[in-house]
Amino acid sequence: MAIGLSHYLIVAAILFMIGVFGIFVNRKNVIVILMCVELILLAVNINFVAFSAHMPAAPGVNPIDGQIFALFILTVAAAEAAVGLAILVVYFRNRGNIQVEDIDLMKG
Amino acid sequence: MEAFSLMAPELLLAGQTIFVVLMSLLVKGDKQADVMRWIAIAMLITFALTGFVLGRPEGTSFNGLLIVDDFSHYAKLIIGLTAALALVFSRSYFKTEGLDRFEFSVLMIYAVLGMSIMVSANNLLALYLGLEMQALALYIMAAFNRDSLRASEAGLKYFVLGALSSGLLLYGMSLIYGFTGHLDFAGIAAVIEADGLNVGIIGGMVFMMCGLAFKISAAPFHMWTPDVYEGAPTPVTGFFASVPKFAAMALIARLLFGPLEGVFDQWQQIVVSLALVSMFVGAIGALSQRNIKRLMAYSSIANMGYALVPLAAGTVLGLKGMLIFMTIYVITSIGVFSAILQMRIRNGMVEQITDLSGLSQTNRGMALVLTVFFFSLAGIPFFLGFFGKWYAFGPALQADLWWLVVAALVASVIGAFYYLRVIKTMWFEEPSQEFVDAPRSLRWITTSSALILTLLILLPFVTIPAQGLLDSAAAALF
Repeated sequence: MAIGLSHYLIVAAILFMIGVFGIFVNRKNVIVILMCVELILLAVNINFVAFSAHMPAAPGVNPIDGQIFALFILTVAAAEAAVGLAILVVYFRNRGNIQVEDIDLMKG
Repeated sequence: MEAFSLMAPELLLAGQTIFVVLMSLLVKGDKQADVMRWIAIAMLITFALTGFVLGRPEGTSFNGLLIVDDFSHYAKLIIGLTAALALVFSRSYFKTEGLDRFEFSVLMIYAVLGMSIMVSANNLLALYLGLEMQALALYIMAAFNRDSLRASEAGLKYFVLGALSSGLLLYGMSLIYGFTGHLDFAGIAAVIEADGLNVGIIGGMVFMMCGLAFKISAAPFHMWTPDVYEGAPTPVTGFFASVPKFAAMALIARLLFGPLEGVFDQWQQIVVSLALVSMFVGAIGALSQRNIKRLMAYSSIANMGYALVPLAAGTVLGLKGMLIFMTIYVITSIGVFSAILQMRIRNGMVEQITDLSGLSQTNRGMALVLTVFFFSLAGIPFFLGFFGKWYAFGPALQADLWWLVVAALVASVIGAFYYLRVIKTMWFEEPSQEFVDAPRSLRWITTSSALILTLLILLPFVTIPAQGLLDSAAAALF
């Protein structure tokens, strides 16, 4: 069986769902939430690259766009992880742990 | 060269930011934060006015990644001036809390730079980079008081939900890219017009709207708002309540009336339901709040709902109504927060609504301006807030969305209850707190925004040019 566009999209959709559910269902550790965020971005990257590779030729369409976008997402994800971990370290210094269930000083 | 001259305000701002960071090595000591703040304020005001000084140039630059038109000029004017005001009113708070660091000014400028890229985005990639640029700066600003557990918790919550919303937005973008083959707005619009809709484009639009609804804190994506507003330092909350909301709203308008114009029937349903849920969540959630910052958080959720009502009409008038409503909302929230920042009680800032009891006896002027702000937010006639709602709900009526307008009016009435309760606390209850001497330097912001809210309708020579500006801004997207 040849692997086509739809297979990539299904893998990306599954990864995306795991990421989103991981953020909401996870009750243990904030680091796991950061990993879920990365998982979501990874799913998006797979989508972009797969679409880009399978893009049918059409006037005015440059199929490389999606791959460029994926590179930008990787860069931004690195910056985002740096900021996120920095905030997490600040929080850990004040609170003493990073259990998700303990982040409840202010009730939403 | 044209690319550079069109983006001159942004390029100047970016260059000057590096200059400010380098300057911090030369200017040391107590004066450092102050010097940097005044430089940053001057830069932001220059940034806001550059487009108008240059005669409002139009066109696209950087290979069509960014677009400059009357809409982006107007948005940049509001964003730049409001951010400058937010820097001004952060001064006294950070001084008394011992947080006066120059990095705050730098973060503010980077946030403004990101927002100005957002409002002049003409490509999904530019949109995403602008959004992330402002979001990363905002996460740090929320946690700026790094020794406070509340502030760091606010920063953490904002970060997690902000990152999730960027993920949703990106997933939507990837679908739209995959099913249209274009990243630039004009290309997407052309493909949708030529080939019609399919499930991928509609799904992508839904994901993008979910991600953007997080950014404007429209319900049901509002969970982070009360906590972040409560935990962040008060001047940061004042900034969050005004500038990023305006920028994200402008971005939504550009997206909906640009590339997604052909999906109108579908996005109208989403905008209507976001508006309905936000208005009622905001109005009902605020009823039980005791903390002013949380009250303002729910108030902003409700106001985002009202601002989405005219967008649902999908007309030029609707877009203009949204811009008028958001401008008035921004003026009001800057005024409210600069008033809150001027009141101190013995053990810190005013945070609870009960702290305001009997304010009319202890500080009549402050009670008067706060009354003006809350009347305006409640939409009592002949304050500017009333005209904001007038312009916002009128276009929706014309577009036969009368039931949405009725719902908005019901939500406004519920909302009026809690605004009036604050006013009652100020005027008809016995003083319980003694206010300590607070900095008076912010008086002019509070007074001038209160004057704008009460007197502007009497000044046709101000309102007529403003109307012309708003008309051309709204027409730029059609």
